[in-house]
Amino acid sequence: MSTLHTVNKSPFADQTLQSCLTLCANGDSILLIEDGTYGALTAAPTTALLNSVIARGITVYALGDDLAARGLHSQLNNITTINYQTFVRLSCEHKTIQSWY
Amino acid sequence: MKFTLVILGAPYSDSASQSALAFAQAALDDGHSIHRLFFYANGVYNASRLAAPPQDEHDLPASWTQLIKQHQLDAVVCIAAALRRGVIDATEAKRYQKDSNNIAEGFELSGLGQLIEASAASDRLLTFGP
Repeated sequence: MSTLHTVNKSPFADQTLQSCLTLCANGDSILLIEDGTYGALTAAPTTALLNSVIARGITVYALGDDLAARGLHSQLNNITTINYQTFVRLSCEHKTIQSWY
Repeated sequence: MKFTLVILGAPYSDSASQSALAFAQAALDDGHSIHRLFFYANGVYNASRLAAPPQDEHDLPASWTQLIKQHQLDAVVCIAAALRRGVIDATEAKRYQKDSNNIAEGFELSGLGQLIEASAASDRLLTFGP
């Protein structure tokens, strides 16, 4: 019953990533899309929380196209950059998809 | 897998329309099927055939129309959200005595029941929010 969480808002401007990181359960995955990719920066206000979630075994991904469109490079080693094909595959692998927007 | 995508963002206002379009293309390329596209709230603007973006920009409404036609997708536009935003088909234009209509080919105005049905009939439902 795992959930794929997608977050499309920057943690510098919005609380959605923080809420997602607080509520996600073991076995879930988180995908940063659109402005949510700002959450991949080490300077993001959610970095400590995000690292603790990853330490719990939750995988965090970021959409490569959206990172590139914003000139961002994932500076957190434990975030995996993916393309849309992998986004589709993750959607199949999880039972539900929860969009945070 | 059978997917349903809910699109809540207007083209050019946010990334929802573009993200949903890219996801839909990737899913179809991968051999999955799309049970329904549901355009809701400001997402209804994707269904206007009168959008005329600058030539050097991605024409999102045209891309949706093309994808729907190419794959014979079921594309539903929430009728209540559409009518109050001026997205209208020929039947509703007549009913409300409007002088024209603007819904693009392949889109259909219908109710929220179509969203409920799609959520029950699909393996996965993804919402692309504004």
